[in-house]
Amino acid sequence: MTEEQKSKKPTKNAAEKKIEPEKKSTPEKKKPAEKKDEVEKKILLVSSSPHLTDTSTSRRVMYEVVIGLVPAVVMAVYLFRIQSLIVLLSCLVGCVGTEWLFNVVRKKEQTALDGSAIVTALILGLSLPPTLPYWMAIVGSVVAIAIAKMVFGGLGANIFNPAMVGRAFLMACFGLFMTTWTLPVPEMAEQQVQAEAMELQLDTEVAAVTQPTPLALAKQAIKDAHKEDQADKVTPERVEAEIVSLFWGQTSGSLGETSAFCWLIGGIFLLVRRTITVHVPLAVLGSALVFATIAWFVNPDVYPEPMVHLCSGGLMMCAFFIATDPVTCPLSKLGRVVFGIGVGALVMLIRLKGGYPEGVMYAVLLMNSMTPLLDRWTRPRTLGGSVAKR
Amino acid sequence: MAVSTSEKVKGGFTFRRGVHPPHRKSFSESRAIEQIQLPAGSEVVVPLSQHIGAPCSATVEAKQQVVVGQEVGSSDAFVSAPVHSPVNGTVKEIAPLPHPSGRKVLSVVITVGDEQPEPSIWRELPENCTIDSLENTTSEQIVDTIRQAGIVGQGGAAFPTAVKLVQNQQKPVDTILLNGCECEPYLTSDQRLMIEAAGPMLLGLQLAVKAAGAQKGIIAIEDNKPDAINTVFKLIKDIDNLQLAICRTKYPQGGERQLINAVLGRVVPTGGLPLDVGVVVINAGTASAIAWACIEKRPCYERIVTVTGAGIKNPGNFRVPVGMMLSDLLEHCGGLTDDAEKVLLGGPMMGPAAARLDLPILKGTSGITVLSKAEVVENKEVACIRCGRCVDHCPLNLVPTRIAHAVKARDLETAEDYDLAACIECGCCTYVCPSKIPLIQYLRSGKSMIARKKQQVKSK
Ligand code: SF4
Ligand code: SF4
Repeated sequence: MTEEQKSKKPTKNAAEKKIEPEKKSTPEKKKPAEKKDEVEKKILLVSSSPHLTDTSTSRRVMYEVVIGLVPAVVMAVYLFRIQSLIVLLSCLVGCVGTEWLFNVVRKKEQTALDGSAIVTALILGLSLPPTLPYWMAIVGSVVAIAIAKMVFGGLGANIFNPAMVGRAFLMACFGLFMTTWTLPVPEMAEQQVQAEAMELQLDTEVAAVTQPTPLALAKQAIKDAHKEDQADKVTPERVEAEIVSLFWGQTSGSLGETSAFCWLIGGIFLLVRRTITVHVPLAVLGSALVFATIAWFVNPDVYPEPMVHLCSGGLMMCAFFIATDPVTCPLSKLGRVVFGIGVGALVMLIRLKGGYPEGVMYAVLLMNSMTPLLDRWTRPRTLGGSVAKR
Repeated sequence: MAVSTSEKVKGGFTFRRGVHPPHRKSFSESRAIEQIQLPAGSEVVVPLSQHIGAPCSATVEAKQQVVVGQEVGSSDAFVSAPVHSPVNGTVKEIAPLPHPSGRKVLSVVITVGDEQPEPSIWRELPENCTIDSLENTTSEQIVDTIRQAGIVGQGGAAFPTAVKLVQNQQKPVDTILLNGCECEPYLTSDQRLMIEAAGPMLLGLQLAVKAAGAQKGIIAIEDNKPDAINTVFKLIKDIDNLQLAICRTKYPQGGERQLINAVLGRVVPTGGLPLDVGVVVINAGTASAIAWACIEKRPCYERIVTVTGAGIKNPGNFRVPVGMMLSDLLEHCGGLTDDAEKVLLGGPMMGPAAARLDLPILKGTSGITVLSKAEVVENKEVACIRCGRCVDHCPLNLVPTRIAHAVKARDLETAEDYDLAACIECGCCTYVCPSKIPLIQYLRSGKSMIARKKQQVKSK
């Protein structure tokens, strides 16, 4: 497809050329003067209806997502300072560079700056821990774009969310680095001040490396529930104390995992701009809320309050920015709702019963693989009934 | 009258999905309809096929004298409509000439003579002419008159009106919908007709109701045309079997299936006709033509055409002889501006772009839209991002991107399976696609590929 677009006349498009044999002589510019009158001398442009189109373009859609990501990026940079910049820039260079290289090598039209690689880079970067070495971030980005996107045929043809594939790859190869969390810089400073004030010799270095994320704490609480009377037992109460900081982003976690507030702002922006529809976010958050509530009702001693789940980890990020990736979620509204419910349910299943504290990545990848099936199952019903079925 | 306002007028009708393109009606909306008189010596081209159905054969010969309203072509087929001369003059030749469809079509070329009659009246009904004064005309007579007058749907599809109104025992019709939506952006011919000549139009609707044996007629107008709504409302107040439905402006409200769904809540089955749900939809211009055919046996040789857009110097609404050349009409409007880029036969959503200007105005030509450079959006097609907008906006609830992909891969079976045949080619999917994929082109070519395949199978 893309080769044809290089043609100099932009109105020429693949459809006209390739598919319409009966119109094979339709030229783009036609009608040289036949009579001498002024009206006839005009050169007219011929193209197919409709001749008006909506102002939205795919490029614009992608850059709107980038704008929606800005609050989270700003928060990440505020919280983790230089570390976050290193990770994010590595991802940007890795993703955009890979796409550029692919197009150059395959002599395809350059799509590196169409915005989609930037979105992938930012989402991948925001889902990584701040301490990750820059070269690992680059490796993840290359995998995301090269293997998850370009090999499938570029934008629109991929089955899996590229950013999540990149993250899964890093998880598989560098598991330890991927699960090392630090407290955000401002928080660390505060703890240090407190420690000094109390003249406690707190080793901030160690504290920085071993700080568990709220969800890891929650997981610990599930395990600890069976322990009896241990001094350092993690209780759901301790986890619940984290909700407020979860919302504003003062906990440890991956770059973008820490502040539900920023994702909410970005998500609302996308909804207002109609870049995304409400179906996926509502379905994801709704189903996660339902399952978290059920678990909490069944055993409040073990499982944290539902709000902890909603505000923590990548759930908001997932609901508004990852699961909503148009390419890898179903086409119809119903399909999207089912997809979202599936993501939310899987996230909660992994968080509550699985081996990982966080389940967004696997939940999204699993549901991505269901998308072609969902598309078939949730095909909209033709108004007036289907001819084929009669 | 016992009928209260609330029963006469209902509002808020709409259908699901569809799009909201800019209206852009201000170019011509306030311009009164102007009668066009062709100068002696100019030529008109009357194609023998201006409708869906069998083409006519010529009933005149070269060099023969013809008068206004004289039949110049007819056919014995049931689905067809005769054509008439719009002028007094001489037949110059009968030859295959360029036609808006893109093919050459056998046409009668008439040179306009020196003496022309007074322009026919069309705004006001003759005195004392009401449905009661036509009481003695039977349903069959009305249908027959409509057939002989060569009236076809003036909204664009050009289906012979008589065929729609013939009574069918198996499928009784209860409602005639008068389509005054004019949902296409830019076009204002129906709007002006409703404002300036609603009387004959409403009489035409009553005649159609009678012809089809229906109980009532409903006039559907979109809420962006308050003048038309007011005018029509004043006139139907005292007519028992007419109602007014005000629809929320949305494209393609004027599509038969959408309009029936919006106003009556009925769903026309795929592959079926409005008749299947007891409805016949006629266009405002068609209704007016029906009235004049019944009152004074005037055939359909004139119609109202909007010439509009930023690419034309003097936009306006005109009463044009059918067969007038497009180039003559554009010239009458002051010609194209320097930055005119596209000449559309119809509105911007469905009208095809004309490759040449030596084309005749047909019975189904509702407008000419000339887009300037600024109005033409140059769009580069990029890959489908599966955003689902085409699915969310298709008024027929199809999956355009899936069908387009299937057609691209020449997988016609899948395309058919996804109900390509139900597509009304409204263009909503292409309008909303952010990747600017000309989905509708794929859909159209898919349809013609399937048609060709079926033909091959048949001929074998
Ligand atoms: S609107 Fe265009 S980009 Fe979106 S799914 Fe349909 S074809 Fe693809
Ligand atoms: S698929 Fe056909 S009916 Fe549906 S929006 Fe596209 S053109 Fe209109």
